[in-house]
Amino acid sequence: MNNDRINGIFNKYQGQAGSLIRVMMEIQEEEHWLSREILVKISEKLEVPLSRVLRIATYYKSFSVTPKGRHEIQICTGTACHIRGAQSVLDTVQDLIGIKPGETDLDQKFSLETVNCQGSCTCGPMIKIDQVTQSRLSSAQIADLLKKYD
Amino acid sequence: MSEIILQIDGKEVTASEGMTVLEAAQQAGITIPTLCHHEKLDPYGGCRFCTVEAEVRGWTNFVAACLYPVANNLVVKTRSEKLNRIRKMILELLLAHAPDAFDLQDLAKEYGAKKDRFEKEASFCIHCGLCVRYCAEVKKKNAITFVDKGKTREISFIPEIASKECWSCKECFPLCPTEALQAAYVLVQALAFPSLESTPAE
Repeated sequence: MNNDRINGIFNKYQGQAGSLIRVMMEIQEEEHWLSREILVKISEKLEVPLSRVLRIATYYKSFSVTPKGRHEIQICTGTACHIRGAQSVLDTVQDLIGIKPGETDLDQKFSLETVNCQGSCTCGPMIKIDQVTQSRLSSAQIADLLKKYD
Repeated sequence: MSEIILQIDGKEVTASEGMTVLEAAQQAGITIPTLCHHEKLDPYGGCRFCTVEAEVRGWTNFVAACLYPVANNLVVKTRSEKLNRIRKMILELLLAHAPDAFDLQDLAKEYGAKKDRFEKEASFCIHCGLCVRYCAEVKKKNAITFVDKGKTREISFIPEIASKECWSCKECFPLCPTEALQAAYVLVQALAFPSLESTPAE
């Protein structure tokens, strides 16, 4: 846990119940997930009931209450990408890193998830790693790409 | 406070500004069936079972009586063919979740709702939010909350708070129109503080 960054976020929003979602987003960005410990700390620092923090953490898809990997792989399976072969991209990635959509690998390197249209239909099938979009990759290219991350 | 005169089921009813149709009806002795309403809690409008016909300037709207504010010359109908159909549908949908809830079964008899109409998905919870809101608004403990969304939404006790507060309170139990809360409570009790099974509270 990067304590300095987290404490920085808490100091910035101390006692501001209205900034709850803001704080959760910043911590999610930093840690890639919200642990129980963090959720309790958020409720203490922002003076909001823990029940509300939990409700919001479980409600929005962008928050994760289970550990996520350092790099987030998103594969578009929207209509356009599907037709252009998203399934084979997904299969390749699954084979290479050994996890299914919604899962995280053991050393918390990658998390894989399928997403719907990201607005890049012309360059489908699209694969997005840590918000960087790549398009029309062959199996070999995907393998090379994944090797760059650690 | 200014007085407002409206009509409910053909009866002239006097209400004061800021009241809801449900409150005005209750004051005049007219019953509107409710599921998620509780007098100590803020109106929620979750179950829609209190839906009534409200006629303003010749237009009929179907509104939730527990939320709709009274207005002059408002004409409200609490029973009609269409309202019965709406309530029957709501009941049938809720019965798919809590087929054995006594409150629902009584209402089902009255409205002729069949509990087998929709495929059963017995979660024992109808999401009325009574327990959640009671804990937050009256007790101010926030020991129970809704988690998740959509069809996986469910009530959940927060072990950190529940272990301190719930044992001596349990006031939300009798509020539940089904027996979901009881079940969830027992579940959390078993999971989070198994020692209490053998040693009662201090």
